[in-house]
Amino acid sequence: MADLTLTIDGGTVTVPEGSTILDAVRSVGGDLPTLCHGPTLEPANVCRVCMVEVEGAGALVPSCSRVVDEGMVVHTDTDRARHSRTVVMELLASSADLERVDDRFSAWMEDHGADPARFTGATIEGRPAKVHDDLYVRDYARCILCYRCVDACGEQHQNTFAITVAGRGFDAHISTEFDVALPDSACVYCGNCIAVCPTGALEGKIAWDMKEAGTWDIDRQEVTRTVCSYCGVGCNLDIHTQEGAIVDVTSPEDHDVTLGNLCIKGRFGWSFVVSVDE
Amino acid sequence: MDLRLLSERPSAEERSAVDALLGSPERGDGRVAVGGHAVRARRHLLLPALHALQDAAGAITRGGVAYISERLSIPPTDVFGVASFYELFEVDGPGGVTERPCDDIACMGRGVAPVGAGTHVEPSACLGQCDRGPAVLRHEPGRGYTVRTGGAIGGPIHQPRSQLRLLRRVGAVDPTSLDAYLDSGGFEALAKAKAMGGEAVIAELEASGLRGRGGAAFPVGRKWDGVRRAAGDKVVIANGDESEPGTFKDRVVMEDDPFAVVEALALFGFVTGAKEGFIYVRGEYPTAAARLEAAVAAAGERGLLDLAIEVRRGAGAYICGEETALFASIEGFRGEPRQKPPFPNEAGVFGRPTGINNIETLVTVLEVLRIGGATFAELGTEGSTGPKLFCVSGDVDRPGVYEVEFGATGRDLLDLAGGVAAGRALGAVLFGGAAGVFGGDDALDVPLTFEDTRAARLTIGAGALIVFDDTTDFEPVVERIARFFSDESCGQCVPCRVGTVRQGESLQRMFSNPASTPLEVRLLGDLAKAMDDSSICGLGRTASLAVRSAIDLGLVGAAHG
Repeated sequence: MADLTLTIDGGTVTVPEGSTILDAVRSVGGDLPTLCHGPTLEPANVCRVCMVEVEGAGALVPSCSRVVDEGMVVHTDTDRARHSRTVVMELLASSADLERVDDRFSAWMEDHGADPARFTGATIEGRPAKVHDDLYVRDYARCILCYRCVDACGEQHQNTFAITVAGRGFDAHISTEFDVALPDSACVYCGNCIAVCPTGALEGKIAWDMKEAGTWDIDRQEVTRTVCSYCGVGCNLDIHTQEGAIVDVTSPEDHDVTLGNLCIKGRFGWSFVVSVDE
Repeated sequence: MDLRLLSERPSAEERSAVDALLGSPERGDGRVAVGGHAVRARRHLLLPALHALQDAAGAITRGGVAYISERLSIPPTDVFGVASFYELFEVDGPGGVTERPCDDIACMGRGVAPVGAGTHVEPSACLGQCDRGPAVLRHEPGRGYTVRTGGAIGGPIHQPRSQLRLLRRVGAVDPTSLDAYLDSGGFEALAKAKAMGGEAVIAELEASGLRGRGGAAFPVGRKWDGVRRAAGDKVVIANGDESEPGTFKDRVVMEDDPFAVVEALALFGFVTGAKEGFIYVRGEYPTAAARLEAAVAAAGERGLLDLAIEVRRGAGAYICGEETALFASIEGFRGEPRQKPPFPNEAGVFGRPTGINNIETLVTVLEVLRIGGATFAELGTEGSTGPKLFCVSGDVDRPGVYEVEFGATGRDLLDLAGGVAAGRALGAVLFGGAAGVFGGDDALDVPLTFEDTRAARLTIGAGALIVFDDTTDFEPVVERIARFFSDESCGQCVPCRVGTVRQGESLQRMFSNPASTPLEVRLLGDLAKAMDDSSICGLGRTASLAVRSAIDLGLVGAAHG
């Protein structure tokens, strides 16, 4: 593929055709805030925290999805772009619980001087979490409606189609059909929705319990890469342990076969390792 | 695809309503698989199938969803997600009769229409009946939708017929008779187009200076040429999802001159080379949909159409008037707009090159063909050519659709509508509907052209003028506009989903505590900038216009502003 040259904040950047503005920014060591952008998923284009100014475009453009054109002139740090990103962060943080979004995002909020307290009013914070089984928790007070779980459950990864975005506007929410319980839905408990959730709205039960109890401590955790022993596919597993106890199992998202996905057995079927029975 | 269905089954009525649309189910003999790609390619029938269910049961039931899932091979959760997007579908609702009285700004002064006893009542945004409000949309299982209104004052036309080009058949030619349409010059434009060829039609359109009437004012010749030059299997669409509060001109055209819409779409298809067309009609316009369906059938039977046209009914979603949301809706998905580019002439509905124009734009093309591009360009002003329909509603003596040449002012239109009702003084005019801008008495002297309104920071939008007299309390009006946007936001992007809610909350605080006005005005300004700049589509980008202009004009928040 041909290379394209564009200007970002006054500097010349050359990237392969098909790259997004975000790719181009990152290729020269820069970065922008992102939330709905999942590395293994098509851009959903919805959170609007990555907006930048492109000369000639009327509105700001989402850097995570806009593909670079030859000669494009991009400004990532204008007052206009920063204002928009700041207000969007404030709107997000004033309407949902962002406490468990990763540290990079709180750093972005601080960098932009975002002050969510300016916007008070309707919020989904405080909605009770759905703790219905021992495998995973749906803590929708933390949901920012990024569509990642729906896309992962649907045609982009799992093709199970257990969940959807239902309703409209501020009432839009993630739901099974008629909000039936997961065992009555198409859910196969693969947990691939957990793997893509950026806010901790979907979380393995053990991790969620520990976070609620305040005992989850990433600094005391180790990750051990191994291979799942259940079938011949041989998915990589990352076993997360804290003080010798397994607290979570994930799969590396940069693996070109599994893209971070697993099945119920790989993700949840590990208790035999620590079982004291028999 | 293996579908996991809920255990509920459809009623006999639901089953036969869906079968009437989709045909009888194919039965496997136990050895041959039924379904696959052929079935899933019919996903676009999801919205009509949901209408069939709602019409049969007065609600979208679990059994009904299971049956659609099975018939179209769509996961039940997906069917549920789509159904729950649309206002007119009563998902898991009680069934029976639903009545939706309009409580929107154009009819506010006239009160809310009474509803029947024992019915399920859901107040509604503008029903597009502002010339004869207050209105109620009623749905009854087995009988579908009907609209009850206060009744237009003296029929749809209030001006001398000699002034009419676009509306000349309205109220004068039987809209149910193809012969009457043909006798009044119908299908002559299409014949002329075929005689001169597509390229020549585009030259006429370019010479005419015609710009789109849906709000974006895009040059029509250039749009048609873009679709004509696109490679692939093309589609043309007539956008009749008119939902802007205070706007009802497309309804009047679709109801009273439906064959013109059909002819214009056929012409669009001929020029661009499309073989398939859709007319997407607002779900709240049952009469328009029925007349268009009859017109398509009659014209088809008479062999007048080379284009396969389907009429599709919306189901209560303002956002579906946005072209990319409309594509999603036709395809059977939630009516969520898509980020552009790609533009419709590259990848529109079903990913195919698509031409889409508003109803008024399309019937205006017929006039270009009738009188020629050069003659058309002499009408109106240099930058805004041709005739234009305006919807005048609110506190005027004769609310209605008025046809004028571009260059007419708001005052001209107000005079045509008999002036401010009951001889009162003007309070303000809302130009362009909820996504529009308030103007005071001086704004009435601005010629309503694209260039003059831009210079005066007004807007034409889709042509609504909502008049408020000097007794109007603007706080509830502005709050209703804010609620309109938070109700109608699709919920996809954050600036719009949360921003429209925050805008309404800020106004409420300001109105209940006027001392907070300076703070709230600053907040509203910050919100407006982010919504304008970062929303995916025009809904979020225009959601703050009316609110901001009401503040700027001192209609609200003046005491402490």
